[in-house]
Amino acid sequence: MIPPAFEYLRPKTVPEAVAMLQQHGDDAKILSGGQSLIPMMKLRLARPSHLIDITRVNGLSYIKEEDGFLKIGGLTREAELEASDLIRKKYPLLLDTATVIADPQVRNMATVGGNLAHGDPANDHPATMMALRAQVVATGAKGERVIPIDDFFVTLFTTALQHDEILTEIRVPVPPPKSSGAYFKLERKVGDFATAATAVQLTLDDKGAVQQIGIGLTNAGPTPIRAKAAEDALRGKKPDAALISQASQLAMDSADPSADLRGPAEYKKGLIKELTKRALTRALERASK
Amino acid sequence: MAKKELIHVKINGKDREAPAEPRLLLVHFIREQLGLTGTHVGCDTSNCGACTVILNGRSVKSCTVFAVQADGGEIMTVEGLPSNGALHPLQEGFKEEHGLQCGFCTPGMLMSSYALLKKNPKPSEEEIRWGISGNLCRCTGYQNIVKAVQYASKKMAQGGK
Repeated sequence: MIPPAFEYLRPKTVPEAVAMLQQHGDDAKILSGGQSLIPMMKLRLARPSHLIDITRVNGLSYIKEEDGFLKIGGLTREAELEASDLIRKKYPLLLDTATVIADPQVRNMATVGGNLAHGDPANDHPATMMALRAQVVATGAKGERVIPIDDFFVTLFTTALQHDEILTEIRVPVPPPKSSGAYFKLERKVGDFATAATAVQLTLDDKGAVQQIGIGLTNAGPTPIRAKAAEDALRGKKPDAALISQASQLAMDSADPSADLRGPAEYKKGLIKELTKRALTRALERASK
Repeated sequence: MAKKELIHVKINGKDREAPAEPRLLLVHFIREQLGLTGTHVGCDTSNCGACTVILNGRSVKSCTVFAVQADGGEIMTVEGLPSNGALHPLQEGFKEEHGLQCGFCTPGMLMSSYALLKKNPKPSEEEIRWGISGNLCRCTGYQNIVKAVQYASKKMAQGGK
């Protein structure tokens, strides 16, 4: 399959890339890893007039802790997340997620920024970043602005990024002690989108009660979903099997999946309940260690 | 039609250049412009991994990369595996352990396995299975491919290349 013709541009700096977006209007698209965009172009689901390849822009690929945040550069590849000692040590939810995205070759190209900016609720990082209470840094002509993750996903394939903005950084609050997380995903085979998945990030207090909690759902509706009712049910309480089961039911109730080749909506709802239960249980185990 | 650009790559150690329209996929550039047909087009939808090549040290699916993205980069394809006419231990492993039947997926399997062994010279069986999880084979059922990678891992540990 040959994608439709386009003009290829290769800026060296973010301001240059922003100027190109302004110059070429709505039909211009940013190319980072290309692992979603190129397949969509082959299927003619996307027909950008101009592709602005930002992968040669220096300084947008990093993983570091700074000012109370884990900062991930927009161009950081999934494989780099997977290989990072910092992520392996302190961010089990991000590690769980990175290792189940697509397949090794795709993870070598795909970027964390692209996974979010694509605005696909079937992608894995949106739910993860919701659970982690992340912030997205968008850079445009007027400089940077910070978008809370809850405001980032507008609708299917649409994010809060303005046309002339580029996702340059993701900020995750550094978790306090006794924090952990987990991501549980069911996929038909490696490389497929999630039939459904649940991301959990939590912090326990000294008595083992849930102090902070974030739960995000993948491919469970037209946008990534934050299971707020389930979070509320857990916050301030010491979770036992009954409470975990109740919270999983509430997570299921907040999901609105649609039927597709991966199964009917009812099946997916049941799946979300089970995956939430497993993710909560594992996150609690890890945080209690 | 967008104008063609001259794409320069170092492929299997040799400097090559050829013109390409921006929409030309890397796999077609390698096969048709550079004449290296060892890399196969399988599903053409980034599922099967038959088109896997090493780009700047990382395994990628060349059906889902534009040739312009590889401009100035280093590429290794299956043609780059043998040295001085001798098979690479991975190729030898696929031969000895019957790691192929029809052979269509083999170039991609070899390149994914090559990337795996570079990163992890002594992978466990599970790590091998995850390492080739982006490659599909419809003949062997993978058992013999895993054995072939184990063969190469052992041979390379004993000082094979």
